[in-house]
Amino acid sequence: MKWINFLLLAVFLALMLYAATGLSNRGDASAPMNREFSPAGTPNAANFYIHNAYKDAKTPNIVTVVLADYRGYDTLGEVAVIFTAGLICYLILCKPRKNNETP
Amino acid sequence: MRLLNDDPITLLVSRFLSPFIMLFGLYMIFHGHYSPGGGFQGGTMLAASFILMRLTSGITIAQLQFNSALAAPLGALGVLIYFGTGFAAMVFGGNFLDYKFLPLAGLTGAELRAMGILIIEVGVGLAVMAILTSIYDNLLGDPDDA
Repeated sequence: MKWINFLLLAVFLALMLYAATGLSNRGDASAPMNREFSPAGTPNAANFYIHNAYKDAKTPNIVTVVLADYRGYDTLGEVAVIFTAGLICYLILCKPRKNNETP
Repeated sequence: MRLLNDDPITLLVSRFLSPFIMLFGLYMIFHGHYSPGGGFQGGTMLAASFILMRLTSGITIAQLQFNSALAAPLGALGVLIYFGTGFAAMVFGGNFLDYKFLPLAGLTGAELRAMGILIIEVGVGLAVMAILTSIYDNLLGDPDDA
C-alpha cells in the first residue's frame, strides 16, 4: 500500500508545479487579484499598495512597507505578544532563588 | 555547571558556524527593505546561533556568548525601541507610528519613512532574539541544579 502514497504525493507535486506556472508575477498590478476592482466589483487594497508603496517609503519590498508602515500598529501588537510570551515562560518556569528559601 | 557534551568536533563546528549564522541574521534584518526578511526572521536566526552554542558547548561557555540575565532587558529594549519610535513621531506632531515626523535631520518624507522602518525592524529583531533565547534558557531550567 505504500506505493499508493508515493504515487499520490508525486501526482500532487506535479499538480502543484503545474499550477505554479500559472501564477502571476510578484507586484503585477494587472493580475486579477491585484486589479483596482475585484471580479465581483469590490475595491481592492492590493492595487493601492502596489502603486504607492515605493513612492511613500522608498522601499522596494512591498511586504516590508505594509508590515512596518501601513500596518505598523499591528506589528507593534505582534512584538508585544512575543514579549509577553517570553515573560510568561519566565514567570512559570523559573524557580525562586535558593537563598530566599528558609531551610 | 557541567558540560552537556564533551565532544570536541561538535563544539568546534558550532563555534565555526555560529558567527556565520549571526552574520546572516544581521543581513536579514538590515536587508529587509530589498529582499524577503526583516526583524522577525533575522531575530530568529540570531537566536538560532545562540541556541546552537547552548546545545553544543554546555551552559558555562554559552553564557559568555549571551548571558541569560541580559535576555529580559534586551527584549524590553526592543519593544521600547519600537514603541519609542512611534511615540517620538507622535510627540513631534504626527500620528502614532507616522515616521514622516521623526526628528532626523537631512531626510525628506519618504526617506524618513524608510529610516523609521529600519529602526523598528532593529527593535523587532532585538526583541525576538532575546525572547527566543530566554524561552530556551527557561525551559532548560536553572543551571545550578544540574
